[in-house]
Amino acid sequence: MSALLAVSGVSKAFGGLQALSDISLQVNAGEIFGLIGPNGAGKTTLFNALTGLYTIDRGEVRLNGTRLDGCKPHQVLKAGLARTFQNIRLFAEMTALENVLVGRHARTHSGVLGAVLRLPATRREEADSRARAMALLERVGIAGHARRLARNLPYGDQRRLEIARALASEPALLALDEPAAGMNPAERAALRDLLLQLQHEGLTLLLIEHDVKLVMGLCDRLAVLDYGIKIAEGTPEVVSRDPSVIAAYLGDEAL
Amino acid sequence: MPEGKRPRWLVFGLLALGLALLPFLVDAGLGRSWVRLIDLALLYVMLALGLNIVVGYAGLLDLGYVAFYALGAYVYAWLASPHFGLHLPFWAALPLGAALAALFGVLLGTPTLRLRGDYLAIVTLGFGEIIRIFMNNLNAPVNITNGPQGINLIDPVRVGDMSLSQTQTLFGITFTGAHLTYYLFLLFTLALIFISMRLEDSRIGRAWVAIREDETAAAATGINTRNLKLLAFAMGATFGGLAGGLFASFQGFISPESFNLMESIMILCMIVLGGMGHIPGVIFGAVLLTLLPEALRYTGDWQRNLFGQIYIDPADLRMLLFGLALVAVMLYRPAGLMPSARRRREFADAAE
Repeated sequence: MSALLAVSGVSKAFGGLQALSDISLQVNAGEIFGLIGPNGAGKTTLFNALTGLYTIDRGEVRLNGTRLDGCKPHQVLKAGLARTFQNIRLFAEMTALENVLVGRHARTHSGVLGAVLRLPATRREEADSRARAMALLERVGIAGHARRLARNLPYGDQRRLEIARALASEPALLALDEPAAGMNPAERAALRDLLLQLQHEGLTLLLIEHDVKLVMGLCDRLAVLDYGIKIAEGTPEVVSRDPSVIAAYLGDEAL
Repeated sequence: MPEGKRPRWLVFGLLALGLALLPFLVDAGLGRSWVRLIDLALLYVMLALGLNIVVGYAGLLDLGYVAFYALGAYVYAWLASPHFGLHLPFWAALPLGAALAALFGVLLGTPTLRLRGDYLAIVTLGFGEIIRIFMNNLNAPVNITNGPQGINLIDPVRVGDMSLSQTQTLFGITFTGAHLTYYLFLLFTLALIFISMRLEDSRIGRAWVAIREDETAAAATGINTRNLKLLAFAMGATFGGLAGGLFASFQGFISPESFNLMESIMILCMIVLGGMGHIPGVIFGAVLLTLLPEALRYTGDWQRNLFGQIYIDPADLRMLLFGLALVAVMLYRPAGLMPSARRRREFADAAE
C-alpha cells in the first residue's frame, strides 16, 4: 500500500511547552488509522497542525506527495484533507442542508456575477450542489432534518452533520476528532457502520478516539502519542501489548 | 397569510403602482419637503443594504462605513462640478465613484483581516474618521477637496436634455426635481435589493454567513476567509460609493461635515433596529430612522395644540424621543423590528 498521508519530523511548541516532538507517521490509502493517547498527549494539536490551523515549527506533511505544511486551512481542504472538530463546530444558525452546501464551497466556483445574474452555469452548479448535499444528509441518516437549524439538531445528529459537511468537499482523507464523544451505544454502533462503509467506498480515515473498544475494532493501524511524542505504532494487537503504551495509560507501576 | 394566496403578479402590480404613485401621494398629503425626505430615505436604504452585507451577512462590525459614502460623493463631485472643471455625465461618474470606494474597501479591509469583533469595530471607526479628516484637510498645498468649505455646484443627474434638478412636464404631468430624483433613486434601490437578495441565496452568501457563524470552521470547510471578507468589504463599499455619488448629485453640495461618525452609527442603527441580515427589515429600519427624526420636528406644534404653549424646545425633545424609541425597540424587540426567521429563533433561544 502507498502512503496517502506522510508526516515526517513534525514539531510544534507553544512557548516552553513542546506539544509535538518529531512526530512521523504514515497513513496508507484505504485504511482507518487511529490516533490515541492520554488527555493532553497532543492528538488534537497534531490535527490542527495537519489541517493548517497551526503552523508547525519543523517537519513536513505530504498528502499524495503534495506539501501541506505552510498551507492555509482552505488549501489543505482543497488538497483533499477534510476534518471535523472535537467540540462540534457547525454553522449553528444555518440549516443542516446549508451547512453541507458550505462544505461544497471548495469544489464549486460561481462568483458574484454568476450569483446575481443566475447564469446557467451557476444554476447547474447550485442544483448539483443541492442534490449532492441532500444525498450526503441521506447518507449519514439525517435527511429528515435538512431544513432544521444545525443548533437544534440532537447531539448525535450534529456529529453526523459535521461528517456530512466534511464529506461534501470530496476528500481523499477524512480526519475525525473524537467522532463518538458523547454518543450513546446505539449511536456509536451506527457511527461505526458509517465509518466502515466509507472505508469500503475507498475513503481513508484518520481517527482520534478515546473509546478503546471502538478504536480496537475499527482501526487497521494505530499510533499512540504521549506528551507530544509518538510512543508506539502498529496494529491494534501489537499496540495494546506494548509496555510503553500500558505505562502511559495505566502508570509505570502497572507493569 | 392571506397575501400568499393571491397571485404573485397582483401583489407585485399593486406594489409597483404604490411605489410609482408614492411621491404624488406624499406631495399631496404631507407637502413637497416630504418628497425630498423620501428621496433621502431611499438613499439610506441603499447605504443600509451595503452595510448589511458587511455586518449582517459576513458579521464584520464596521463603524467606518460612511468613509465609502464620502468617497463616492467626492469622486462624483470631482468629476462633475466646476471644482476641476470636469463635467462627466452621471453614468460615467457614478460607477467610477463606486469603483474607487470598492478599491478602498479592499485597501481598508486588508489590515483588519486578523481582527474580530470589538477590535475590528475600533479600527474601522478610525478609518472612517481618517477619510473625513483627509477630506477636511486636502485643500493645501494642492486644493483637492476644498477643505471644510466643501465642493459646490455639483452637476445634477441629466438624462438626455432633462435635468433632474428642474421641474419637467411629461405626458401632461408636472414632475418636480424631487419627484424625478425619487424615480432615479427607486431604480437604483430596487437594483441593490435585487443584488442583495441574489447574493444572500448563493454560494457567496452562504460563505459569508459561515464566516459570521464560525470563522475557523469556515476556513476548515474550504472557505478562503481572506478573500471572502475582502469581497464583503468591497461589495458593501460599492453600494456606499454609489449612494455617495447619488447624494452629491442630489444635494449639489458636499462637505466633510456630512460624513461624520454619527452617520456611520445611524446606518448601523438602521440595520440593527430593522433586523440584521434580513433585507425587508433593513429597508424598514432605514426608512423609519430617516423619517422618524423628521416627524419628531413637529413636537413643537403638538405641544402648542395640546397645552397652548411650548414647554420643551422641540429640538431637544426630538432627540430625546428618538433616543427613547431606540431604547424601547432594543428592550422589547432585541432581534430588530422585522428580524429574519433565523435571528428571531436565535434570540428566542437565548431568552429561554
